[in-house]
Amino acid sequence: MATPKSRPRDGYPGRALALILVVTVGLVALMFGTGNTKPRLGIDLAGGTSITLTAESDDPKAINKSNMNIAVAIIQKRVNAMGVSEAEVQTEGDKNIVVNIPKGGDKESAADQVGTTAKLFFRPVLAYAPSGVQAQAPTASPSASASGSAAPAPTASATATGGSTAAPTPSASGTKAGRALGEALTADAASPSPTATAPAASPAASAPAASAPAAAPSAAATAPSAADLSAALTQGTVPADLQAQFAALDCSVDAQRKDYQTADLTKPTVACSSDKEQGYYNKFALGPVQVNGSDISKAQATIDTQNAAGWQVQLQFNDNGSKAFATTTGQLATQAPPANQFAVVLDGGVVSHPQVRESIPGGSAVISGSFTQDEAQGLANVLNFGALPLSFAQSDVVTVSPQLGGDQLKAGLIAGLIGMILVILYSLVYYRGLGLVSIAGLLVSAALTYSIMSLLGAGIGFALNLPAVCGAIVAIGITADSFIVYFERIRDEVREGAPLRPAVQRAWPRARRTILVSDFVSFLCAAVLYLVSVGKVQGFAFTLGLTTALDVVVIFLFTKPLITLLARKKFFSDGHPWSGLDPKRLGARPPIRGTRRRNSAPAATKEA
Amino acid sequence: MSRFSNLGHRLYQGEVSFDFVGRRKLWYSISGVIVLVAAIGLAMGLHLGIEFKGGSVYTVQKSGLTVSQAQTAVNDVTHGTTALVQSTDNGKVRIQISSEVEQSPDSIRSGLAKELSVPVAEIDSQVIGPSWGEQISHKALLGLVIFMVLVTVYMAIAFEWRMAVAALVALIHDLLITIGVYALVGFEVTPGTVIGFLTILGYSLYDTVVVFDTVKENTKGLTKQSKLTYSEAANAGLNQTLVRSINTTVVALLPVAALLFIGGGLLGAGTLNDISLALFIGLAAGAYSSICVATPLLAQLKEEQPEMKALAKRVAQRRASEAKAAAEAAGEGTPEGEEFADEDLPAGMVGQRGQAPGRSRAKGRPTGKR
Repeated sequence: MATPKSRPRDGYPGRALALILVVTVGLVALMFGTGNTKPRLGIDLAGGTSITLTAESDDPKAINKSNMNIAVAIIQKRVNAMGVSEAEVQTEGDKNIVVNIPKGGDKESAADQVGTTAKLFFRPVLAYAPSGVQAQAPTASPSASASGSAAPAPTASATATGGSTAAPTPSASGTKAGRALGEALTADAASPSPTATAPAASPAASAPAASAPAAAPSAAATAPSAADLSAALTQGTVPADLQAQFAALDCSVDAQRKDYQTADLTKPTVACSSDKEQGYYNKFALGPVQVNGSDISKAQATIDTQNAAGWQVQLQFNDNGSKAFATTTGQLATQAPPANQFAVVLDGGVVSHPQVRESIPGGSAVISGSFTQDEAQGLANVLNFGALPLSFAQSDVVTVSPQLGGDQLKAGLIAGLIGMILVILYSLVYYRGLGLVSIAGLLVSAALTYSIMSLLGAGIGFALNLPAVCGAIVAIGITADSFIVYFERIRDEVREGAPLRPAVQRAWPRARRTILVSDFVSFLCAAVLYLVSVGKVQGFAFTLGLTTALDVVVIFLFTKPLITLLARKKFFSDGHPWSGLDPKRLGARPPIRGTRRRNSAPAATKEA
Repeated sequence: MSRFSNLGHRLYQGEVSFDFVGRRKLWYSISGVIVLVAAIGLAMGLHLGIEFKGGSVYTVQKSGLTVSQAQTAVNDVTHGTTALVQSTDNGKVRIQISSEVEQSPDSIRSGLAKELSVPVAEIDSQVIGPSWGEQISHKALLGLVIFMVLVTVYMAIAFEWRMAVAALVALIHDLLITIGVYALVGFEVTPGTVIGFLTILGYSLYDTVVVFDTVKENTKGLTKQSKLTYSEAANAGLNQTLVRSINTTVVALLPVAALLFIGGGLLGAGTLNDISLALFIGLAAGAYSSICVATPLLAQLKEEQPEMKALAKRVAQRRASEAKAAAEAAGEGTPEGEEFADEDLPAGMVGQRGQAPGRSRAKGRPTGKR
């Protein structure tokens, strides 16, 4: 070894030792400091429900990252809508979405609802009315209070006649109430949310029945003037067969707020608005499906700088959708409000119901209105999701009671403990004094693994599952193996008659190479497994990779320096019988240096 | 222990030597038989867990609940379809229902809860879509192939292609044996098992790499001498690392054995058990294969090299001449001649055990070797 003459032959082991101890203590302190003293536990250990959904599509290209992310956002919303807190939705692999609902949260329906395919339809609005307790029936003879509608789209502004609307009707359009359909679609300025007052600023506020645009919506929002529900039943004609259903629908009742979009898409139906942020719901009578959500090829939120109209959503249809949309808008544009609106229905809930001002050929449209950025992006997501040619199959739904999870964790920990004790015993019996070094090394390794896992739980959401625990236990063996490789090397040198200090130094480069090569193989295995695998395998691979990496750190920064230090101690260097390095016991011949390399070719070539 | 560590010493010095490489035919035939049996087992088919077929599994814990009670309850709920009901070792009852039962898992679960008067929340369930297992297997296979390609490339660079080939063969050998045992014994293959199989990949190679590393070192500059053939040098290296291999294998197996014991003993069937069982079989096979399959195969491949052939020839020539000299000396009948013959034997010693008495007699003599 080419060590500079100025340093001791065996280097400065104290420095490396100090470094790793500082790192270890630092990590442990960080763990306690940030209060993340326990690794986050996976569903199988903590209890809860874990749903794995696998994307399916006729078009393999459709299963891509951005589509999956949109799907995750949608599913996230669905889960939250079920009132499940702390649920976690994430992609796994390239075509799975995992929904974890912790703590045995027995949301039986969760599994059913979460994975259902989002269905997005454009249906003409026949009539709508507020529904639910808080809903003081708004007045809304629409013509009377027509708001200056939303900002028309750039191109539309020329032609737009400003959609008058049943504006003040508190629309449920909740989060993303589309307020205007540009390119001749105008907002149904319906949303009573404060932003709905924006029409005041609308450049083309040429509402036919222009009442004070600013005033009207805000009034509607705050105090819908009393009128009975039937009056609020907006003018559209509800077909007779739907009348009863529409009248009976009470959207404030959970059970009734479900998906009525039955298989027969050619029939009219009813729906509730999907959100109740304003404290009430709207119910809708809707015509047959005109455009299917999957006919949207693209939707994106953009900002309309030209007309300073703020955020809007641009829509692009495919051929099929373009034709249908042109026809529909052509028809709708001739209607009187509210029948000039169409509803965007996602999963049975009306997400938005913009107004149509004119027929829109060409397959592209803009929904404009007084969107906030979030609202616009939310709506774009919804529209995109309907455009995703993805459906999801439930691959694996696991419900684990907290008790079983606790049992499994306990068993894993006990197994780990027993494994550790066995390994410690074995190294003590076999390596005696050196065994102490391997125990110390295992402990450092364990402290590092534990603190890193805990911190990763808080940092990147790493959750310890049962296979990961197995991986950690198996890693005890890997870590101890590295010690053995080094110890055996040292003993080989001692057998050849080398005094301990040189033996430790001479053994190191060889042991190091073996350890690095074999750890690299282990790490490669873990990395490949992590990258291609799904489900439980990933947790296992992650732990295995982590501990293999730590193994290298521990052996370089801890074991090697520690042994170097110990080799300077009389106990070890004199080969005390309990040191595990007793030359006699190892069968080394008394140091007759001249014959150290006694073992003919193998030993000789080793030196080559 | 001390005797064992002494064995380590004698192995290292070559006083005791097991001729692993020389007996390759024996190992090959043993492995061949095992692999053949494994292949037959595989042909018979693996016993795939429900994860690979789709269906649902419910685990109920209730004191005093017997399998037949549970069976009755399930039959009531599912209206007579055949569900697989087993009791696990820890007092739980596990009910498997195939995906052919067209009843929503929720309703089965609540039905069971009612029949058995257990709170719904305490029934653990797992519902698996039929394509899930396919996906897992597909991914596992993909991982296997990618890993094999990468590791072969890596070993070909770090060592040489022959070692890569030998390691790969040993790896496939281990996998086959492990899967074969599963097929023959009829253990259930679950995703946990698949994890175990995949881990064997890394571990089997870990072992092989440790051995190859020493073999590589031992055979460096081998062509410059004429005392040892490649096989002999490889075998010597193998013997030197034998203790190390045994130790690393034992140490690796101890935690896995603990897992197996706890997983099986305390929890009954489950992920812990699945992973550790596969690992245990695989690790044991891995230790065997790196010694008895990988290294002999490597030696065989190396002996095909022209320079190694030449070396073997030189060694043979040298031995022949030495034997002749020894014979002549013996013919003279002088005791020195015996000594002499003994003295020169180290050259072939590795291949010839039973020389230990001679060795020990020579021991302590400061001269005599080169």
